[in-house]
Amino acid sequence: MLPSIVRAATRYVSPSTVSRGIASSTPVLSSHLFVHRDTDYNNPDVPFEFSPDNMKRIEAILAQFPDGHKRAGVIPILDLAQRQHGWLPISAMHKVAEVLDMPRMRVYEVATFYTMFNRQPTGKYHVQVCTTTPCMLCGAEAVRERLKEKLGIDKGQTTKDGMFTLSEVECLGACVNAPMIQVNDDFYEDLSLKDVDDIIDNLRAGKRPTPGPRNGRTCSEPIAGLTSLTEEPKGPGFGLQAGL
Amino acid sequence: MLRNASRLHACLNGSTSPIASTGCLQEGLVAVRHQATQAATPPKDAKPQKTKFGPLKDQDRIFTNLYGRHDWKLKGAMARGDWYKTKEILLKGHEWILSEVKKSGLRGRGGAGFPSGMKWSFMNKPSDGRPKYLVVNADEGEPGTCKDREIMRHDPHKLVEGCLIAGRAMHARAAYIYIRGEFYNEAVNLQIAVNEAYKAGLIGENACGSGYDFDVFVFRGAGAYICGEETALIESLEGKQGKPRLKPPFPADIGVFGCPTTVANVETVAVAPAICRRGGDWFHSFGRERNSGTKLFCISGHVNTPVTVEEEMSIPLKELIERHAGGVIGGWDNLLGIIPGGSSVPVLPKSICETVLMDFDALQAVQSGLGTAAIIVMNKQADIIKCIARLSEFYKHESCGQCTPCREGCGWLNKIMWRFVEGNARPEEIDMIWELSKQIEGHTICALGDAAAWPVQGLIRHFRPVIEERMAQFAAKNKKTASEKKGTDRVAIAQ
Repeated sequence: MLPSIVRAATRYVSPSTVSRGIASSTPVLSSHLFVHRDTDYNNPDVPFEFSPDNMKRIEAILAQFPDGHKRAGVIPILDLAQRQHGWLPISAMHKVAEVLDMPRMRVYEVATFYTMFNRQPTGKYHVQVCTTTPCMLCGAEAVRERLKEKLGIDKGQTTKDGMFTLSEVECLGACVNAPMIQVNDDFYEDLSLKDVDDIIDNLRAGKRPTPGPRNGRTCSEPIAGLTSLTEEPKGPGFGLQAGL
Repeated sequence: MLRNASRLHACLNGSTSPIASTGCLQEGLVAVRHQATQAATPPKDAKPQKTKFGPLKDQDRIFTNLYGRHDWKLKGAMARGDWYKTKEILLKGHEWILSEVKKSGLRGRGGAGFPSGMKWSFMNKPSDGRPKYLVVNADEGEPGTCKDREIMRHDPHKLVEGCLIAGRAMHARAAYIYIRGEFYNEAVNLQIAVNEAYKAGLIGENACGSGYDFDVFVFRGAGAYICGEETALIESLEGKQGKPRLKPPFPADIGVFGCPTTVANVETVAVAPAICRRGGDWFHSFGRERNSGTKLFCISGHVNTPVTVEEEMSIPLKELIERHAGGVIGGWDNLLGIIPGGSSVPVLPKSICETVLMDFDALQAVQSGLGTAAIIVMNKQADIIKCIARLSEFYKHESCGQCTPCREGCGWLNKIMWRFVEGNARPEEIDMIWELSKQIEGHTICALGDAAAWPVQGLIRHFRPVIEERMAQFAAKNKKTASEKKGTDRVAIAQ
């Protein structure tokens, strides 16, 4: 009995590049911890109140939805709370639940589902690098490595001074302008490694680098010169059909 | 792409055997040939069919400010012909708008390609007192796709006007534009355009003086690819987790806030005013039968000049890339494969890319799909297995976790694919992963499961020798350790 157990055990732990036991799969499939753990900076007693300006914004947001569907405002209002506080502590979620008159659990559900809600303290600049296939083909991995090196942190971490958080994210929808990074709300596109250095240096110096492509084009036109839309646009009524 | 892709699924599912990769290809060729013979013998009274597609003339392009060279605000938009005779179009009534859209042959631009005129007409059932809504899907997140972004930041008035006209066609009370959360600056431009339109009386009460009341609201999401699926989008708009609903009931019966709803892609809605103004026949004159119109193509990856461009449907893929994207890096002969419609459709090898036309039916015939027309080009310097493995990682990350086959299967696909990248696997495992993908496909509520399975299936169908070669290389490198392990492996298999 005993020898057979030992044999079975060694089969799975033997260190070889070829061997891989089915039992070695990682138990955690998600990149985030969904469970909240009280800490001294994130617990239900941390005070959170919406600013008067944001209260007005909340009214404007709720006016968009029909009566009886106040909870539709939960995503935009959580976003407001995050913008006000820099990240989304649990006390802000409670406040949102109170404002919208909905159970706290329903707010937690939403806040944990969407990737844009940061439930941990985030740096002043949230640097998100897209590494999905179209960006990967254009060198996004080198961009990611340069960012890691430049900021001295791994993905998912924040610098000690609280300035930068680095995240690796999925497609940000600027594939024609790959590789690209997003810093807070701005897209920086068509990056070379030098541009990465430049952007980070500028941010460190407290300046906002100009968003957009960095290789000389203005958006998604061909860099070598226009292949379409070279004529002036036609005015109103061009090609109007007879029926109108 | 995600939306309604299950309709596409039935057609793509022609491939059956995991081993017969060449067989699948032949099936595709047979389909093409079949189509060719069909095309060669048109009914006697039909007009002579068009055989050459593209390039489009500038005057026939709908998105004239695609590159932001002109003013995107109301004044500039009106100078380019937006909001011209909108009142007259509204006064023609919903029947007229629907008939123009049906005549145009417009098919949904979000991926599934369902005929828009028919879809919009589902909303015209007798009213039961509930308001109706139009929801615009601007949650553009399909890897490779970046067309809606250009519309929203450079031509937002086309979208706002489109909402009004499409809304009128389905008697909608209001339109919600659900834009992905990351597109903050685009949402700002769109909101400015909406505000301008309200101020000018173009939307709101008595829109354009037509006596019709219509509101447009901009709603920002919060970063979930799955919200591009229509029912997940509706859930998200209601302030819940973006988990797709089981259908039926379809959104046209019970949609957002429990009311009849139609979800349509940004591009579909934005071309509606141009179709009404210039006529359905004008739009229909482009592209092949059943695939008519103009289309925004996003060409990314290994091309000399990546570009988003509006072209005629059915333009040959090769011509599109050579003309607008400056050709493949290293020349056409350096091409390895192309994903023709965003990450969710199977990859095509060079031999097919030579001749295939860019439209719904032609790509379906070669067991791929037009999807969102996002063309991802990979040349011979690219590691195609890694490209697909990265897509599997994407789907693993974006699965909502509601259906077990997708939640668990995407994790396994990802894990196995990354071993394939190294070559650390046995050739039998290629058939295993095929089986696995078949168990995900068609067994989930929404099409994300299918979308995760197809890239892997496409890779196996066309690039199986590459995967096997990688495995052989890895085995040779680790020959010594492998032979040591052989004894224990045999025990493992026996068990």
